[in-house]
Parts: sequence; structure tokens; C-alpha cells
Amino acid sequence: MTYNEAQKHIIHQSLRPDPMRLPELEAVLADINRIILGKERPIRLSVACLLARGHLLIEDLPGVGKTTLAHVLARVLGLDFQRIQFTSDMLPADILGVSIFDRGSGAFHFHPGPIFTQVVLADEINRATPKAQSALLEAMEERQVTAEGETRALPQPFFVIATQNPTHQIGTFPLPESQLDRFLLKIELGYPDAAAERELLAGADRHEMVANLRPRIAPQQLIDLQNKVRAVHASAALIDYVQALAAHTRTTPRWQAGLSPRACLALLAVARAWALLEGRDHVLPEDVQAVLPGVIAHRLRPADDVAHTDSHAVAAALIEAVPLP
Amino acid sequence: MARANRPVSGRQAWWLLATALAASAPLAQQVPLWLSLAATSAFAWRAALTWRQWHLPPRWLLVLLVMAGTVGVFLQYRTIMGRTPGIALLVVFLALKLLELRAARDAVATALLCYFLVLGQFLFTQTIATALLAGLTVLITTAALLAASDDRPQPWQQLRRAALMLAQAMPFMLLLFVLFPRVQGPLWGLPQDRFSAVSGLSDTMAPGTIAQLSQSDAIAFRVRFQGAVPAQSQLYWRGPVMPAFDGRSWRVAQTRGAYPAVPYAGSGTPVDYEVTLEPHGKFWLFALEMPATLPADSALTIDYQPIARQAVRNRLRYTQSAWPAAIAGEKESPAVLRAALALPEAGNPRTRAVGATWRAQHGDDGAAILAAAESLFNQQLLIYTLNPPLLGADMVDEFLFDTKRGFCEHFAAAFVFSLRSAGVPARVVAGYQGGEVNPVDGYLEVRQYDAHAWAEAWVAGRGWVRIDPTAISAPSRINSNLAAAIPAGEGLPFLARAAWLKDLRYRLDAVTNGWNQWVLGYNPQRQRDLLASLGMSAPDWRSMTAMLSVLCGAVMLGLTAWILRNRLRVDPALAAWRRFTRRLAKRGIAWQSWEGPLAFAERAAAQAPLHAAGIREIAMLYAGLRYGPAPQGSDLERLRRRIAAFKP
Repeated sequence: MTYNEAQKHIIHQSLRPDPMRLPELEAVLADINRIILGKERPIRLSVACLLARGHLLIEDLPGVGKTTLAHVLARVLGLDFQRIQFTSDMLPADILGVSIFDRGSGAFHFHPGPIFTQVVLADEINRATPKAQSALLEAMEERQVTAEGETRALPQPFFVIATQNPTHQIGTFPLPESQLDRFLLKIELGYPDAAAERELLAGADRHEMVANLRPRIAPQQLIDLQNKVRAVHASAALIDYVQALAAHTRTTPRWQAGLSPRACLALLAVARAWALLEGRDHVLPEDVQAVLPGVIAHRLRPADDVAHTDSHAVAAALIEAVPLP
Repeated sequence: MARANRPVSGRQAWWLLATALAASAPLAQQVPLWLSLAATSAFAWRAALTWRQWHLPPRWLLVLLVMAGTVGVFLQYRTIMGRTPGIALLVVFLALKLLELRAARDAVATALLCYFLVLGQFLFTQTIATALLAGLTVLITTAALLAASDDRPQPWQQLRRAALMLAQAMPFMLLLFVLFPRVQGPLWGLPQDRFSAVSGLSDTMAPGTIAQLSQSDAIAFRVRFQGAVPAQSQLYWRGPVMPAFDGRSWRVAQTRGAYPAVPYAGSGTPVDYEVTLEPHGKFWLFALEMPATLPADSALTIDYQPIARQAVRNRLRYTQSAWPAAIAGEKESPAVLRAALALPEAGNPRTRAVGATWRAQHGDDGAAILAAAESLFNQQLLIYTLNPPLLGADMVDEFLFDTKRGFCEHFAAAFVFSLRSAGVPARVVAGYQGGEVNPVDGYLEVRQYDAHAWAEAWVAGRGWVRIDPTAISAPSRINSNLAAAIPAGEGLPFLARAAWLKDLRYRLDAVTNGWNQWVLGYNPQRQRDLLASLGMSAPDWRSMTAMLSVLCGAVMLGLTAWILRNRLRVDPALAAWRRFTRRLAKRGIAWQSWEGPLAFAERAAAQAPLHAAGIREIAMLYAGLRYGPAPQGSDLERLRRRIAAFKP
């Protein structure tokens, strides 16, 4: 019995009855799922990432709904939204903002860049030069912007969704591993299945649907939920499990490099958010396993990896190798 | 061998210096002063080397110093063999080894040398304090050895690790101690220079010899009675019998004829007891009057005094019994009686005159003369004191008629002299009288200040009769103890008087006695007794070795199991869950070891829809117990009941 086979039994079943889940989050998810069809799991993961105060990296081909996802998330959660299209001639000031001399007042005035918002879609981040990339990544890490010698805090909550084209495409500057590590999760949307695609084609205009969306929760509610995620209990047995997973990646020659402590923290944080989404006050190994592909996708490479390997396969291999402590 | 060549770090050097100090300091009183000073300077040099990070002294200098030290030891003792010279040489080597700590292997060698020096302390003393000190030194040395392989941990961490390792070694040490086949002879005994100066009774008695002993509270021997302890006034511990008198001092008989067994018959119930005799360097053993049986390897002199075949140079334990009312020497040999009548040519005319009048009055009636002598002592109002005045040539006369003050040797000597001058065979018996029962362990402790002398007279038909002239004048000496009989203010060992210290002292003595009996005195006999009490009669060394290996293996297994159990202590909820999954596995629903409980429950429920509710409930309970916050004991009970009731 492999992990994927075991998942097939339960893939369409919720682990707990719906009434146990948090209704406001379920409403948010339902709204998104109505617009982006057939992508329940990546959507759930992206909400978990947001609840865990992390940033999301989506690697996929153009046109599968990355922008729509970011937009819908912002709308449903009642957050401000900005989109930055990364290009190879982009400068840091294009992201952070610039000071311009105002003749009237005779002083410099700071014109905030597009990063001063709550949800940022950084589109095709790997098209920009490393200099522009690092301007964004530093802002993500510190949640503040330092420009012209002045430090300005970014709004709360602050959530970056970066998209990246598959790295083998022409004209890309791949993000180095250390920068990738700043994204809590990396997900792939992929093509919708036939039924979902048919519904999309037959359904109403997505832009219109997005424009008509009403916020489901207030920003303060979102911050409360984020705080709740931190309070989700991770028992000693569960931490043992996270450590066992990390130890396996470090001691087995099967992986190029093991999971870092920061990766373990990320795994635990997303698993907590996933548990909250499931309506639980404690983390189960199932939560860890559910979020594992997104956590390790940009962090762990099998030693024999030559081409792009499906992160789900990598995670399944890891899960099957490590028994629950 | 890269590890062995690693240079010694400063921290390691400090450790080794501390170890060397701890190991050699207790030996300072054994080695000559010049060596102590030299070793101290070497230690100081080592400290300066570490502190200032100077260069190590050149090798030729160390070679010179080693030679100088060896020559010094040789000049001191005229040999480099034997106990003290050997230890002195080791101290030399240790001090100089510290000055050539170049690589890790030197550090290890130094630590091993320190272990050896710890052992060396036991060649000199074997007290509890020595053992405790040695234990401490072993701890420091082990910590230094640990530091020699890894000097990063803090000192207290090293000490804790060392203590842990020693604690783990403890069961093996105890097993080896108890079960390792013992050889006859003391563990630490060396043939030479042992007990060169020990206090105790000697084979002569002159005025003052016993009074001197009264200043010592050292233990002479300990006694454990099989039954009740006899009355204090019956505790006469017979030691050297002294029939020979030269006008000044009494001494034991020169001829050493001996009975191989007790030559007289006893009457009444014998008193059985076991004596643990401190070494005193003489042949005699002390026995309660009159000895009924003889200890192993001993004989009875013609004076009825048990003597060992070899001088008592090590603590000796023997069992014996006594007949308190035996008639000894009813048919005494003429030679012995002649010796018990011998008097010097001249001296003590007044006593001789008194004796002559008794003789004239009572003729051969020894009992009547005895009574007369007792009444004389009674009339004279003699005073029992530790500080008698000095006596001249006619000491018996002067004591009896002039000074009238004396200690037990004066009383015994005067009494025997007066009887002899009346023609009654008599002799002085030295030994100990009384003793104190230690309430802590029930042993009777007889100390040097219990040393005593009394008289023995031969009366036709009654054999040798014990008369204690001291008891006539100072009955409290016999009925209670020395402190009660001596006038207040006279110097006595503190302990003999201070009641308030006694309780503490009793406890200390009981501990010391336990150490002597069970650690130092754990000989083949004790080992056999112990094994017999464990149900093994007369095991030979082969079966003992086999048993030892088996037990050591068992202890090792036990320790390993204990450690593993601690490491793999299973959560009771997890144990219950495993029972549950085993039950489902029989039904063909195998739980994968990586599978979360709820995920497994969904899969199992899909495969066994009839039991879906039960499976889900069990999985929820288990998930809450194992991964939830604040698991409830009642939930665990519920989980166990559900699983017990679960029949797939």
C-alpha cells in the first residue's frame, strides 16, 4: 500500500464532518472554488499558507489561473490587491517606490511602490534580474521597506503570491535555493480536469464573477485566525514525527541535501494552519503529510533528480520511508 | 593514531593537574618531605606552563630529573623495591609526566598513573575515609580521562558524566567484590612493615604499663555474643598470664608448653561469641574466662591462655565459647605450681611478714589465706587512681602500707605477692575487663582503656580461682567501667567520660565495624557463609567464576533493557492503537506504519463499512490522546474499552 493508493480511498472524503470546520473559512474556500474550478487542494493549501503568515510561490504555465487565484483571495478576504509584472529591465524602485522632488513644497516626497498593499501578486518573478528579485524577497522577509534611508512598515496582513514559469523556459533567472526558502509553500495549479474545464468554458465570465465577490471576513478576523494558527497544539509525538522526517532527509543518501531547521518550522507552521482549516485544535500526522509536498517542493531534491520531479511523488516517497514515531 | 597525537589543550592540562594533586596529596604523609616539596614544585611548574603557555621543558632535562628522583628514592630507602619506595617512585613519575604532556596519549598515561596511585593509598590505610577519598579521586580521574578525549564540556558536565559512568560500573563492582573467588589472606596485607607500632598489652607488666593504656580509646577487639551479653562483672577477657616476678615487673612464662585442646571439663551452659581482634602484633588471643573451645589455628598455653600460631598482624575474626564456671587446673603440674610460688630473694619484708603470719595461722588452707588477703586489702582502704605516686624498691610494701594508692597493676601485683609469701600459688593475669555494648549494632566494644590486671590463685580442690583485688577497693571499676571508678578530675580519654558524645561515637564505631566485618574482613570464610546462606554449599572457584560471568551478563542485560525501555517507553494510547491495528490486520486491513490515525480510519471504514462508526470513534479517541492538547485519562480508559469491545 503506497501513500497515493491510501489517499485514493479518502481523497474525496473529508476527514471530519463539515460542521466541525470553521464556517467562515469554509465560506471563503467555497467562494474561491466557485471561480477556480477543480483545484480544491491547491486552494486549500494557499489559504493555509496565508493563515500561517507565509508567502506562496506558484510555479506553473501561464493561463492556468494564478492571477485569478491571487485576485480572488484578496477579494474574498477583503484585502487590497496589487499586481507586479516582473520583467528583465525592472529596478528595485519599481517595486518599493521612489522619492520625487515636489516643486510646490520644495521637498522630496516618497511615492510608495506597488508593494505597499496587502496582497501582492509578483508575476513571473524569475523574469526579473536578481537585484529586483532580492528587493521583493527582503521586503517579504522583514515585512518592511527601506528606501531612501527611511524604513516604512508594510500593511498587515501582508501576503505575497509569486508566480514563476518553469525554469527551463528561456529568459529566466532562477531563484537560488536560499531565496526560495523564503516562500513557505510552493504549489502547482496544473491543468483543470475535463469536467472542471467544461464548466469553466460554459460558465459566466470570471472577471465579472471576481468583481461581484463580497468579502467574507474582515481583515481583523483574518489576523485573529492567524493568531489562532499559532495556538494549534503540536504534541511531542507530532514533533517527533517532524524530526523523524527531517532526520531521514539528512541521513539518507537519497536526497541532495536534508531539510533545514527553517524548513521544519515551515512544515509545522503550515501543518498547524491545515489543522485549523480541518477544524482541529491539534496537528495530526495527516496534516503534516497533506502539506508536505508544498513545503518540500522547492526545498528537497532527490539525489538522482535530473529532470523536474513531481513534488507529490517526492513527498510520497518521503512519507512512506518514515514510520510514525 | 591521529587521536593519540592530538596536542593536550589547556583545559585538559588543568584537569590532569587536579587529578594528580588529588591522587598524590593523601600520600604526602608516606613519602619523604623532599619528595613532597619536589612534587609540589613540579605541579606549580605545570600550572605555570598552562597559565603562561610556556614551552614544555626539553626532554634531556626531564630525563635528568627522572634519574635524580630515582636516585633520591634509592638513597632514602636503600632500595627501590617495596611498598613505600615504589609509591615514592610513582609520585616522581607522575610529577614529571605532567611536564611532558605533549599528546593525548600522555594525558591518558597520566590518568592511568593516577588510578594506580589511588590503589597505592590502600597499601597504607584501609579506613572508610580512605575509601571515600579514593572514590572521589577516581571520580576526578575519570572526568579527566573523559576530558582527554573531549575537552569541550564544562567541568561539572565532565564530573556528571564520570559519576554516571561510575554509577553504571557499580553493580559490576559489587558483583565482583562479592563473588570473585577469594584467596586466603588480607587483600592489602604486605609481609613487611605492618603494624610496627600498635598499642596494646605487652608480655611484661610493671607499675604504669596498664595505666598508660587507659589513655587510649582505640578499639582492642569487638565481640558479638550468640546469646545475651554476660554481666559486666563476668567479662574478664583473659590475655597474657604472668607468673614470673623479678621484684619489679611481671612477665609471661618462658617455656611455651601448650595444650592442643582444652584440658579441663566445663560445667554449665557455654557462652558462645565471636571476636574481631584488632591487630596487635603479639601471639595471644583474648578469651572470656575460662575458654571452653579454641579458635582455629590456635593452642592453649599451660597457663590456659589461647595463643595463635602466628602473630596477629591483621584483623582477625574467630569464634569461641567460654565456661564461666569451669574448674581449671584441678590437678596442676608441680612445675607450674612451683613457678607460681617463686619470689625474689629479698624485698618487701613487711608483706612477707604478713604472709608468714597467715601461713602460721592457716597452714595449708589456701581458701582461708585467700580470705585473709582479701580482708587485708579491705582494711587498708586502698585508693584506685590513675596517678599513683612513684614507688621505690619495695613497691609492694610501699603500696600496701604507705602510699595506698594504685592502679590495677599495683593491686594485682601486691595481691599475688602476698599470697605467694603465704605459700599459696598465685599469678597475675593481664587482659581486658568489661567493654561497652554498642547499641547501634549490638557488638561489645572493648577498648584499650578497658585493659586490666587481676590475680589468680590455686586452691586445692578448686583449681585456679580468679580474685580481682581491684574489685575489693573499687567495685565500680568492675561493675560499670573505668570512668565510674576513677575520681573525678583525673585525666581520662574524653570518650570514657563524655556521655553526650557517646551516641555519635557509637554510630561511627558501628559503621567502622560494619566496614571491617564486611568489606575489609570479607574473606573466603565470609564468602562461603554468604553463598551458603544463598543456597550454594561449598562452591569451588570454577562454579563461582561461572556464576560470576552469568550474573555479570545478567546485570549487563538488565541495564541494557532498562535503558532501552526508557528510550522506547511506549505511550499507552499508542500501545492500545497497535492492539487495534493488529486486530484489523487479521481482517485484512493492514495499517501502514506511516499512516495517520484518521486517514487509516477512513480507509478501514471504506473497507469494513459495517464497523465504520466504531473504527472512526477509536481513531478519533486515539488521535486526541496522542496528538491533542491535555489528553484525559478517562479518554484512555474509553479507548481501551472500545478497542476491547471491537470485534471486526
